[in-house]
Amino acid sequence: MGYKGKFKVWRGDASGGDLTDFEVEVNEGEVVLDVIHRLQATQAPDMACRWNCKAGKCGSCSAEINGKPRLMCMTRMSTFEEDETVTVTPLRTFPVIKDLVTDVGFNYTKGREVKSFTPPADLKPGEYRMQQIDVERSQEFRKCIECFLCQNTCHVVRDHEENKVAFAGPRYLMRVAELDMHPLDTADRKNAAQEEHGLGYCNITKCCTEVCPEHIHITDNALIPMKERVVDKKYDPLVWLGSKIRRRSSSDA
Amino acid sequence: MATDTIAPGPEAPAPLSPARAKIEQKTLRTDRWWLSPLLTLLVLVAFIFYATFRAFQNADYYADGLISPFYSPCLATSCVPDSALGGFTPFGSWWALSPALLILIFPLGFRMTCYYYRKAYYRAFWQSPPACAVAEPHGKYTGETRFPLILNNAHRWFFYAGLIFNVILTWDGILAFRNGAGQWGHMSVGTLVLLANATLLWLYSLSCHSCRHAIGGRLKHFSKHPVRYKGWTLVSKLNHKHMLFAWVSLFGVALADAYVALVANGTFSNPTFF
Amino acid sequence: MSDNRQGTENTGNIERHSYDVVVIGAGGAGLRAAIEARQAGKRVAVISKSLFGKAHTVMAEGGAAAAMGNVNSKDNWQVHFRDTMRGGKFLNHFRMAELHAKEAPDRIWELETWGALFDRTKDGKISQRNFGGHEYPRLAHVGDRTGLELIRTLQQRVVALQQEDQEATGDYEAGLRVFAETTIVRLLKDAEGRIAGAVGYYRETGEFVLFEAPAVILATGGIGRSYTVTSNSWEYTGDGHALALLAGATLVNMEFVQFHPTGMVWPPSVKGILVTESVRGDGGVLRNSEGKRFMFDYVPDVFRKQYAETEEEADRWYTDQENNRRPPELLPRDEVARSINSEVKAGRGTPNGGVFLDVSSRLPAEEIRRRLPSMYHQFKELADVDITAQPMEVGPTCHYVMGGVEVDPDTQGTNVPGLYAAGECSGGMHGSNRLGGNSLSDLLVFGRRAGLYASEYVDSLGADGRPAVAEADVDDAVEEALAPLSNPGGENPYTLHHDLQVTMNALVGIIRKPEEIGEALAKLEDFKPRHKKVGSTGGRRFNPGWHVALDLRNMLIVSECVAKAALEREESRGGHTRDDFPAMSSKWRQVNLICSLNEDGTGVELRHQPIPAIRPDLLGLFETSELTKYFTDEELAVLSDKSEAAEPAEAVVAETAAETAAETAAEEK
Repeated sequence: MGYKGKFKVWRGDASGGDLTDFEVEVNEGEVVLDVIHRLQATQAPDMACRWNCKAGKCGSCSAEINGKPRLMCMTRMSTFEEDETVTVTPLRTFPVIKDLVTDVGFNYTKGREVKSFTPPADLKPGEYRMQQIDVERSQEFRKCIECFLCQNTCHVVRDHEENKVAFAGPRYLMRVAELDMHPLDTADRKNAAQEEHGLGYCNITKCCTEVCPEHIHITDNALIPMKERVVDKKYDPLVWLGSKIRRRSSSDA
Repeated sequence: MATDTIAPGPEAPAPLSPARAKIEQKTLRTDRWWLSPLLTLLVLVAFIFYATFRAFQNADYYADGLISPFYSPCLATSCVPDSALGGFTPFGSWWALSPALLILIFPLGFRMTCYYYRKAYYRAFWQSPPACAVAEPHGKYTGETRFPLILNNAHRWFFYAGLIFNVILTWDGILAFRNGAGQWGHMSVGTLVLLANATLLWLYSLSCHSCRHAIGGRLKHFSKHPVRYKGWTLVSKLNHKHMLFAWVSLFGVALADAYVALVANGTFSNPTFF
Repeated sequence: MSDNRQGTENTGNIERHSYDVVVIGAGGAGLRAAIEARQAGKRVAVISKSLFGKAHTVMAEGGAAAAMGNVNSKDNWQVHFRDTMRGGKFLNHFRMAELHAKEAPDRIWELETWGALFDRTKDGKISQRNFGGHEYPRLAHVGDRTGLELIRTLQQRVVALQQEDQEATGDYEAGLRVFAETTIVRLLKDAEGRIAGAVGYYRETGEFVLFEAPAVILATGGIGRSYTVTSNSWEYTGDGHALALLAGATLVNMEFVQFHPTGMVWPPSVKGILVTESVRGDGGVLRNSEGKRFMFDYVPDVFRKQYAETEEEADRWYTDQENNRRPPELLPRDEVARSINSEVKAGRGTPNGGVFLDVSSRLPAEEIRRRLPSMYHQFKELADVDITAQPMEVGPTCHYVMGGVEVDPDTQGTNVPGLYAAGECSGGMHGSNRLGGNSLSDLLVFGRRAGLYASEYVDSLGADGRPAVAEADVDDAVEEALAPLSNPGGENPYTLHHDLQVTMNALVGIIRKPEEIGEALAKLEDFKPRHKKVGSTGGRRFNPGWHVALDLRNMLIVSECVAKAALEREESRGGHTRDDFPAMSSKWRQVNLICSLNEDGTGVELRHQPIPAIRPDLLGLFETSELTKYFTDEELAVLSDKSEAAEPAEAVVAETAAETAAETAAEEK
């Protein structure tokens, strides 16, 4: 059943660090996080890693495993060969704190910049009526567990530190889309998406979707529809004209 | 699919934050992440060469009542006899170049601005990024925020134009139920080729993200528009396969053109069923 | 996260913050409390052991129980109250159960105004689903990820309030600040014994931080990390329970630990992870290795009338709930957990020591994926099992502690002035057993109340009546916390943690024997000196070994409460089953077991406290025949005298009207 697995884990902090070799027991049915825990309990008690639920629901144990951004608790050891060296490194896009733990504050900053849900002023609690088909699109985005793997993988900020100022990242552009598709939200999201949150930086290369552990179709269902909605507002004279003539904004449809 | 239109700027490397984990390797991925962008690159380059050659060739695009999709509609007086749709040649005789050049901007533009092809060429040609979690080689990146890439927002206009082309190419397929002498009630392999091409183009267009948006995606309340919601649901299903349709329709167009070319230059004759 | 976290080694220069209300815990209860306090105009700090938005609340799957009557209009707070009391076997604090049942709908509706998107009924209202122990469909839900929706909504409400502050003051954190990845190690009191603040450390840097605040709300969740097989996350180390004890507050009925009947049992690495009750609510059935739906054999007398006796009737219930009784798979959790335990012990378990939970033969695959998406996902990705094609293997897992910090039912205040508790870490609301769906509504209802009354308490102190922190206490707390780091060659904290888990799981688990509990208590005594010698290598920066060493103090003290109370209570009720006293005892129903720190602080001690008498108008909601199963003859005699004297129905109406008026007044304030 069990075997000795070969691991390389990045250890260090902002001042420097490197990949450290470990040999550690691996048992049937285990995931990468189990092995990291075993390392902590037996070989490296101060090895830093985040985790909470160990069931793929909280999005804490994000790391890069053999170069791929993944949740450690959702990466089964059976997906590797027994003689394969498994390399575990911290998320690259964010400043490292120690070992596998990074400072993900960027994401909270960006989250705070998205204007909150803005309901109609005249609706009281208990009076909200929404149809299931109208909430389903936004519900898909609310499955997000905020593991920040998409934020980490997106090359716009991963490879270009300077874009962190202008670009909110897939998770928060998806949040904008979620609110724009919310049946009762009244705020303008389209101009904000383009002008404040940097939707134009997205070149829809779909890595956010590829790494999403919740399998949310971030690109197809949130980012591209949002780009199309921005086109309605900013780049489509026909829609603009129509909205002027009918004296209503496209979002009332 | 010219790559020089997407150059985002100078190549001076901007430093990453020194607080990041210092990992030298551009990527630690151990799988063959380079395979997919490489294949995309090879296929698209091959198509560009073929399409450029054919577009400038100005020959072998009409035979036996079959017209190549690269040349339809043929809008110049220089078009070979009978190839112009209903004899409609608004460009008259002053247009001396290949008539394909008059129209190809539309299907080309449709594909250039397509949300799937954008992913494909940004990855394969511009390596921005080459694959997920693989560092891109550029120092600066502004994406689709400025000219020229901001023009990709014009996708829906090319989509609308593409629909007109789809109608014309479908009509070409119907016209192919005539024999070489223009008599109706006949059918050949060429008929099937043109109809198949038109069908694939319809699938590609209808599965397009702009189509999905226009038919219902832009609505806030599906429940108030049940018919458009149905349409949106259907298009969404097609949209899942947009990548597939993008590729097969690309091959479809090239094959349909090649078939017409081979019939027109006499390599073989178009087999008829009746 | 790049603020001034540069404390120094010198505890005299510890980083200081001053707030009106400090909320420890950023789960549902903590965030709801913080929102309420901030809305009451208080400056609030939320302390979170994890990142913001990762709290264990995200694991709640089924839904939040609230008698909105959207699916069945017969539902109302009285029915919900009745179900809650029945589920808790009448050991609940009646007033908490009452407030909970009355206020839960408002708390749910309020979430919608903050952006929550629950699943809908046909007429656009919030959809409600069936759940174990609830008479009507009552759980507001979003697929099977309701907890995530709740935490995200509260998180986004916090952000909305911060945005308001930003507009008003230019500072997002002017009125409400979240201290992520920060652990509190001690509560501080002034000379008069009132709460004065709390000391903690930033997990990232290991630097200490002092919060000066007249009111502290504990919302730290449960204690599951003291058990091997648990659905709880690492945070559930009983911090709030322990901090309360150490500050002089008391815990009530800690022997009641809920073992969720359906945790995953295979593979070993996911053992304990929850399989939501909705699987059963949506048609899933339990079978033993012989293929038998064994739950029909385990319906206790008190529930006989409400549950189906044949498979046919049970199956009809899913489509016609009016004319059929519910399947026994939907009995309260304690009953189902014990039944599974018995089947496995009788040798009719699966190879991996569980039973089968099968939904694949009951619903079409598409329907399963639609209704139980995250379960489908969880089994597919964690266990490589396709639940649309094969049954799951499940067994009991430590899930929830009904016991907790003893609080006033209306204000959530403890016996320490300025100290409040809400959510799982408070006790009383759920009696001896919690119904599924009642915890999400519990944390909203009582989180809000804690925030409201903590704010009122702060107001009552006035501007210069604030308790002052004694610097010596701060130094003590820091010194205690640093001890493991100065002993790098000491006992491995992971080993001690593991030993504790094994002990609690094996000796104070589902079925309890006095000799085993005694053994556990002896081991706990052995663990105490070992804990003193625990050491951590490495520095203070994000050092998990050190964090475990510090959490161990809390786990040990709470485990001692659980074990002592389990030994004391000589009956079986809800989340406490004694092998030697298999029946419920009416005498013991009158007793709350109160746990407090002993004189010299080396352990805990227990005392009996009479349970408050249920108000007659609330008792009137039950038929006397039902009460006879729970109450002593003396209680029943008093009851029959009263019922002759009063008209219960009218009393209820009058009471409700008075309540509503009082609460509206409170809200406007």
